[in-house]
Amino acid sequence: MLFFSFFKTLVDQEVTVELKNDILLRGTLKSVDQYLNIKLDQISVVDELKYPHLSSVKNVFIRGSVVRYVHLPGNAVDTALLEDATRREAANSGGKAK
Amino acid sequence: MEALNLDDAPPPQVLGQPPQQNQQLPPQMFTTAAQLLDLTDKKLMVSLRDGRKLIGVLRSWDQFANLVLQQTIERIFVPSLSPSEPGLFADVPRGIFLVRGENVTLLGEIDLDKDDDTPTGYERADVEVVHRLWRERKGREAKRERGRRARLLREVGFEGEVLGEGG
Repeated sequence: MLFFSFFKTLVDQEVTVELKNDILLRGTLKSVDQYLNIKLDQISVVDELKYPHLSSVKNVFIRGSVVRYVHLPGNAVDTALLEDATRREAANSGGKAK
Repeated sequence: MEALNLDDAPPPQVLGQPPQQNQQLPPQMFTTAAQLLDLTDKKLMVSLRDGRKLIGVLRSWDQFANLVLQQTIERIFVPSLSPSEPGLFADVPRGIFLVRGENVTLLGEIDLDKDDDTPTGYERADVEVVHRLWRERKGREAKRERGRRARLLREVGFEGEVLGEGG
């Protein structure tokens, strides 16, 4: 659930999503769910001429399972906080497993 | 739960305006259902894992992004091989689709203002022509891919019948 919570803090930020079929989509992160499905608004497609089917599309729902990378704005990520949260989560789940 | 009483005044509501939205979004806003809810009954472009592009009206869905599409057309694109010529595309009427979620890569809401625009660098052409070109192109690509695969397998020591698709 950590990454779900993390992505929720990035709502309304501008991100670039790279799909497993090599399409790169840039847009405003509107929403994310437990499968890390992503909704982007006001999209622009990198190398748009190669993907004509996206020319009349304004917002997209991307299935989490086809995402390869999400490029984030560096200043929107508090890495220290993220590290802390990761340790806390690891400590919690480690306790549960035993 | 809030204790309500019949004598309470009704919540203030300005006519013609939706009720005020909560600033802090509730957790149920972040489910697949909530994300697909506002795409329901909209005209969508659905891109499938095998590369097909479907355009239809989203009528129903569930948490796995299984989808029901109505008035669906499949749009076939054949990219041009030389920069001086336009690519071609055509629409094939398909009807109703139930798409299993795992095959969906992306759903895009179509901007109705741009719906009738022809994609840059493409021209609409006859379905038969586009379909034939597309099949030829696919056939050539598959042949090239088989050759490449056979060569790679040979390089690591596989031979004879093991090569190719059948095995």
